[in-house]
Amino acid sequence: MFDLSASDLWDVLSLQKHNTRLVVLSATLLGASCGAMGSFLLLRKRSLMGDALAHATLPGIGMVFLVATLLGLDGKSLPLLLAGASVTGILGMGLVLMIRKTTRLKDDAAMGIVLSVFFGIGVAILGIAQNTGGAAAGLESFIYGKTASMVKADFWLIAIVSVLVCLTARLFLKELMILCFDDAYARSQGWPVLFLDLVLISLVTAVTIVGLQAVGLILIIAFLITPAAAARFWTQNLVKMLIMASLIGAVSGWLGASLSALLPRLPAGAVIVLVGSAIFLVSMFFGSERGVIRRYLKQRRLNKRVGRQHVLRAAFEILEDSTDSDDVANHLVEWSKLQAHRSWSEKKLKTLVRWCKADDAVEDAIEPGHIQLSEKGFAEASRVTRNHRLWELYLIRYADIAPSHVDRDADMVEHVLGVDLVKQLETELSEDLRLPKSPHTIEIEGEGGAQ
Amino acid sequence: MSWSDWDTWIVIVGALCAASCAIPGCFLLLRGMSMMGDAISHAVLPGIAIAYLLTESRASLPMFIGAAIVGVLTAVFTQWVSRFGNVDRGAAMGIVFTTLFAAGLLILTQAADKVDLDAGCVLYGAIESVPMDMVWNDSVPRAALVVGSSFLLNLLFAFLFYKELRVSSFDAELADTLGFSSGLMHYLLMTIVAITTVAAFEVVGSIIVIAMLIVPPATAFLLTRRLSVLLLLRVVIGMLSSALGHWASSSVPAVFGFSQTTSSGMMAGAAGFFFLLAWLFSPQGGVITKRLKRRSQSA
Repeated sequence: MFDLSASDLWDVLSLQKHNTRLVVLSATLLGASCGAMGSFLLLRKRSLMGDALAHATLPGIGMVFLVATLLGLDGKSLPLLLAGASVTGILGMGLVLMIRKTTRLKDDAAMGIVLSVFFGIGVAILGIAQNTGGAAAGLESFIYGKTASMVKADFWLIAIVSVLVCLTARLFLKELMILCFDDAYARSQGWPVLFLDLVLISLVTAVTIVGLQAVGLILIIAFLITPAAAARFWTQNLVKMLIMASLIGAVSGWLGASLSALLPRLPAGAVIVLVGSAIFLVSMFFGSERGVIRRYLKQRRLNKRVGRQHVLRAAFEILEDSTDSDDVANHLVEWSKLQAHRSWSEKKLKTLVRWCKADDAVEDAIEPGHIQLSEKGFAEASRVTRNHRLWELYLIRYADIAPSHVDRDADMVEHVLGVDLVKQLETELSEDLRLPKSPHTIEIEGEGGAQ
Repeated sequence: MSWSDWDTWIVIVGALCAASCAIPGCFLLLRGMSMMGDAISHAVLPGIAIAYLLTESRASLPMFIGAAIVGVLTAVFTQWVSRFGNVDRGAAMGIVFTTLFAAGLLILTQAADKVDLDAGCVLYGAIESVPMDMVWNDSVPRAALVVGSSFLLNLLFAFLFYKELRVSSFDAELADTLGFSSGLMHYLLMTIVAITTVAAFEVVGSIIVIAMLIVPPATAFLLTRRLSVLLLLRVVIGMLSSALGHWASSSVPAVFGFSQTTSSGMMAGAAGFFFLLAWLFSPQGGVITKRLKRRSQSA
């Protein structure tokens, strides 16, 4: 069943077979423009707007059909149906914005309400249309698409609308960007946020409705969400993301439509969705910016650094406690004391010490049950402890945090203090550049004195 | 119009359906996952297709099980994609349900010579034909039993886990510190959502379920801030929507000189009508109420 020759494959992929060319080209173009629009929706956290919009077109379609038939016009003429679909689509989205603005309901509820109520009314209107005459049959297929039987007019419609939408988006790029990242800021800067939202919605409506009758509800929803979400894993830059999303949309449209043309019984819409989802899955794991693997490695590296610094500081503080003089010497550190110092479990501490050993910060001591800091480790321990104390002092003095609570806050920040910041803290805080004492001991001394 | 037993049964089934959607609907709303019903209605296709291929029959039980399993999977996958991929919940839902639907479509078309299955008719019943399928000596429609038992299941669920559901919906971290897993509650709730929606699709059609899951809770949400009142109000509004919708399906088209239309669409429309009323006139900050208050204050 899956026999196909390389030349066939090439013919379809390179658009040389003219019976598949239209479908492949349309899907590619639509994928590209939906990918770009979807990026804005994703950043605005309204990815499912395509879903709501597509369902909200149904009453418009039904109404146009009813009215046109009553007036003696052709109820199934494409321009009329498109116009009807756009009117209720935009009306529905306008309602979403208004519900969002005037009630406590969130975007998802507002979209859900519009989707279900409009679709329900649409079903009711189609029910009326079907009872009035047989001509309404197949009207529902307007929103389920007919990918394989596209004609030239469909292609040109998609091409023109895609180009127009992309040009408009380019024109409003800066404004849409600001809208997507921080609408409150945009409003405070005097941008007409509502107008910009309407621009975005109109653009999305245009691609959705044109795509809807060509490729169907599910594919349009997928086109508006999947490429944008996949592109998000690869970049943090909006312009790059727009380009990536368009490319991913185009590639899934092109590959999916070609595959469906080549092999028997593969519905184009479904294959395109699945190709897009496959790209999404790969991006999710291997994405260079926010992919799962990349984030895991980053997190692990941070955990390692933090864990190592905790061991070193604990060791240093134990050494500090064991001597009365201000000069801390690098002696052996008892394992049990170390473990008690931060209430580590045996297993956890073993892992942490292993990481330290891998960096030559800690050596095995000759005496069993002890560890010893290496020269390098001792230097780092002293530095880490010093940073911790500096930050604690800073918090006590300037951020008004109680000395008894300061340890935990300092714990979270100290690992990311930069060299410059440490210098600044030094000049601000300590007159003599020796290691500051732990504020906790200072506090205890103070309490003792008061008694 | 003349009212018959048929109409009564249709309204009763619609009201039961509204009541059984009450509990999942309210908690979905509070969790910001209102689109879940719509997502599940599309996503269950592969479950139905696989159940059909395995059993080679159109019996409704295997299909129900297949659909319910895929319904739960939809929620699980959505959670994974949004957690591990750090993707917006809505986008994750969209990706998952379009993928599942496409997979289902592919399975159906690949097996087209073995299967004569129209996704549209197997998946979705119609509330208008409910009184045609009677059981127990033709006394009760099967649909009423199905939806009624899913209502009872939901009631039991809410009764057993009311406190846990409430805390984990409003503050997941608090729930975790109090010692019951908010993750477990999430999946339990999703299972209930899947079972309720799938059971209802099969007998009354998807459009009513999607509308009843979202619209009445949102309406009640505008009217009260107490969870217990919210749940009660929501059941009442859902039942009223069912009655008004069925009545409107024959009387509204008549005004314009048409014959009657489908009840399911009109029930969704009636739910929307109640929402509109609450939106405009809710004592708690309805659009018009607020304006009137402002006027009386300035006068």
